Amino acid sequence: MKRNKQLSIVSIVAMGIGAALFFVLGRFAAIPTFIPNTTINIQYAILALFAVIYGPIVSCYAGFIGHTLIDLSWGSPWWSWIIATAVFGLIVGLCRKWIYVQGASFETMEIVKFNIVQVFAHCIAWGVVAPTLDILIYNEPVAKLYAQGIAAGISNALTTGIIGSILLIAYSKTKTKKGSLQKEA
Amino acid sequence: MTTSLSFIEKDSFIHNLTGSTKMVFFLLWSIAAMITYDTRILAVMLVAGIAIFRVSKLEWKDVKVAVNFMLVLIAMNMVGIYIFAPEQGVEIYGTRHEIVHFIGRYSIVTEQLFYLLNFTLKYLAVMPVALVFILATNPSEFAASLNGIGVNYKIGYAVSIALRYIPDVQRDFHEISQAQQARGIDLSSKDSLVSRMKNSAAILFPLVLSSLHRIETISNAMELRGFGKKRKRTWIVQKNFRKQDFFVVVVACVILAISVGMITYTGSRYFNPFV
Repeated sequence: MKRNKQLSIVSIVAMGIGAALFFVLGRFAAIPTFIPNTTINIQYAILALFAVIYGPIVSCYAGFIGHTLIDLSWGSPWWSWIIATAVFGLIVGLCRKWIYVQGASFETMEIVKFNIVQVFAHCIAWGVVAPTLDILIYNEPVAKLYAQGIAAGISNALTTGIIGSILLIAYSKTKTKKGSLQKEA
Repeated sequence: MTTSLSFIEKDSFIHNLTGSTKMVFFLLWSIAAMITYDTRILAVMLVAGIAIFRVSKLEWKDVKVAVNFMLVLIAMNMVGIYIFAPEQGVEIYGTRHEIVHFIGRYSIVTEQLFYLLNFTLKYLAVMPVALVFILATNPSEFAASLNGIGVNYKIGYAVSIALRYIPDVQRDFHEISQAQQARGIDLSSKDSLVSRMKNSAAILFPLVLSSLHRIETISNAMELRGFGKKRKRTWIVQKNFRKQDFFVVVVACVILAISVGMITYTGSRYFNPFV
């Protein structure tokens, strides 16, 4: 079915639908926190799920397109953070083979691996990529950017950890396991 | 709440440009605003942006919500900058003119006010153009425009699938969340943060499953129609490149050239009125 491994039809559609999900959740489903103007972004859990299911190219583009659309709908694209989102999707996607093999069940070991990867990816995205680009583009004070990046990184990693793990466990249960058929005597 | 991404059909100079032209203009414009910190260029861009908004025949009520949201965001950012670095401006411009002194390192310095003004301008200069680009471009033309500026048509197609399915996903999300709330799943602030997160997973999972299902249906349909077989494709909604498109692209290039030129000419991204 997959003629072109890089961009099969399923990948293209997954990119589009992933971006639409990212947009809807990021725009309308943010959970407000006690810190003013800071919301919990549940869309990163979905992005991580797409990364594990469809791989790095899909999640990278889905994040990039989805985040760009969110920002454009507010009238001002914040390129540094958009790129950080794409980087997050890319890193999780690149590690998908290590996290989970299609057809296997998703248990403690896989949850631990998934969380190591997602925390690492969030650290790179919000601790390195976003602040560095912000310094280059906006020349904002370094201390503020790192504070912002770390706050965003921690809250995103927590949500991805909790919601992403629940979703992955539920998802793997919908898939038929390897060796689930038994020969009747 | 509806998406403010919706296209508004009008007959204006901007609406009649091709999608690719608007996209190129918007990208070059935002790059120009991104690299410069020159007050004069940014101010001219802001005024020109508002003029473009007027030409597009869009109205203030179409963009009010988005603009107000951005203004709040900019204000929050300014407060953040002030708390973390009350003298960032001094560092950039190299001089210090104090107006009032508060406590410790906090005081009002002219350079800081000027830096914050520039920071605001940098955002505002992009906004009118971005809003016009979104509101005056037919979403069906997006894929064709992306393809027109050299992006692989498959990626262009992914973008148009995203735009096409945002309302559907939104409706699904709404229905599922209402159904789950009727079953007693609480998402309001009455519940603790962690249990609200778990509860939101109860809404997300049906949404993810329905989306995965949708991906399968759409990709099967596309497969059946032979999508991706050829290296090129034509588009049903595509305008022809005309004289005015050429003119607009040239203007965008000139703006970017001025923005880059000023930096190489003055040797700095900043306009410094203090020396």
